Amino acid sequence: MWQLTSIELYKIFRRPRTYISFAAITALIGAVQLGLKVDGQSYVDFMIGSISSLEIEGNILNGYLICYIILQMLLVQVPLLVTLISADMISGEANMGTLRLVLTKPFSRTQWLLSKFFAASIYTLLLLTWMACMALFGSMLIFGTDDMMLLKSSYIVILDDTDVFWRYVGAFGFAAVSMVAVAALGFLLSIFSENSIGPIVTTMSIIVFLTVLSTMNIPFYNYIRPYLFVTHMNNWKEFFDVQVNAENQSLTGTIQNSSRIINSIIVLLLHIVAFVGAAVVIFKKKDITT
Amino acid sequence: MKHFKPYIKAIGKVFIVFMVAMYTYVNAYTQDMTPLVLKVKAKLDQVNSYTADGVMKTDIVFIKAPISKVKVFYKKPNTFKLERSGGISLLPKGGVSINMSNMLATTNFTAFAAGEETIKGVKVRVVKLIPMSESSDVVLTTMYIDEANLLIMKAVTTTKENGTYEMEMTYGKFANYGLPDKVVFSFNTKDYKLPKGITLEFEEGAKPNDANLLKNKKGRVTINYFNYVVN
Repeated sequence: MWQLTSIELYKIFRRPRTYISFAAITALIGAVQLGLKVDGQSYVDFMIGSISSLEIEGNILNGYLICYIILQMLLVQVPLLVTLISADMISGEANMGTLRLVLTKPFSRTQWLLSKFFAASIYTLLLLTWMACMALFGSMLIFGTDDMMLLKSSYIVILDDTDVFWRYVGAFGFAAVSMVAVAALGFLLSIFSENSIGPIVTTMSIIVFLTVLSTMNIPFYNYIRPYLFVTHMNNWKEFFDVQVNAENQSLTGTIQNSSRIINSIIVLLLHIVAFVGAAVVIFKKKDITT
Repeated sequence: MKHFKPYIKAIGKVFIVFMVAMYTYVNAYTQDMTPLVLKVKAKLDQVNSYTADGVMKTDIVFIKAPISKVKVFYKKPNTFKLERSGGISLLPKGGVSINMSNMLATTNFTAFAAGEETIKGVKVRVVKLIPMSESSDVVLTTMYIDEANLLIMKAVTTTKENGTYEMEMTYGKFANYGLPDKVVFSFNTKDYKLPKGITLEFEEGAKPNDANLLKNKKGRVTINYFNYVVN
């Protein structure tokens, strides 16, 4: 299985388009960091201007906050970059006419399909690792570290600087599960097409459509929202909220809604299993004509 | 007329007693308390500067902050700085920087008595302090002074810009210098406005009742001081 996965990884990383995602992430994060380095004070003034009744001291615009800002912006776009590869995994082979040839090799369709999925997942994880290096470590290097201050919709959270890093480890781990779910959807759709554009566009359209549904606050959609995987993709932010005691002191090392994180991970994992399972079942019954 | 004479005399006596009582009462409650305040000021003026370490607890309904270490610097006449040791601090504007010494930094005030009360079992004189300078941000300060020890046990300050603040002091080892071991600083949070959606946060279940809590609850910052270095 690992041999098959290695071959698939080799194929992925031989393609120039694979590196477009890494380049895009590097450019985007670099642009945000440069902008905030040059004129970050204006951003901070805008951010805290509306809480003028409070006196704020300390390095607000530090590496931890910059990484959070970047993640908020980029985790909406990263599914597109993940889809570019995952939705091409099977359809790309069909498009090149190599699918029938590959399946004559002495391993099962399930093995071959799973190795393809594992390769797509490893690519996704590498992309996120690169993003973590650039957004977190890069920002820590450029802007330094300090406590992290977050303006939530109805309250402010200040996290002690010793209490932040593990939250990012958790948040990136959560984001990895989310992105693998996106990869699984693209992977499923790629078995239906003989060119890559169709599954890529369809995957993105589904994600955009479901994101709109999950953000609309219409009671009718509230019933289905908990079952949509895109609803749960944003819950990495839960890592950055703390519990408080009776005296309203935040408790270091705690998470306000850990059950929400666990629930979201379960929903995302179920989607991954469902998408990949469906892909295996359908692919096994499929007539391979190309 | 003769018959009315005893009545007129009696009424006259009652009137004189009433006037004496009124005079005593009014005198007691409009008594100039400047000498007492100046004595307290003289006690605080023994200290030219000090630094102190402290632990600060912030209990404000819309802020989740950890307990943090702070360092306080004071230099006569009214330089006071509170720094969080390596971190971000979020405190009500102008409030926590108010301390006993800078409250009494000038002698340009009118002080008059406003009764007596008991705080933590200690009998205190209530003194109203009105700054004479029109440019002063402080409109009125009510001090609760332990007359025997010349210590300010509590102060309520109303400012032009930053609302009303209340400070309650607990004294210990440094009572001789008028420096508290513990200060509880309270203020009303109902006028505090929070930004909406600036960080693109649209999370669900973000304490929906907080808006109501905000209207009812007082913010409280407690600082426990230790390691005073007095000069």
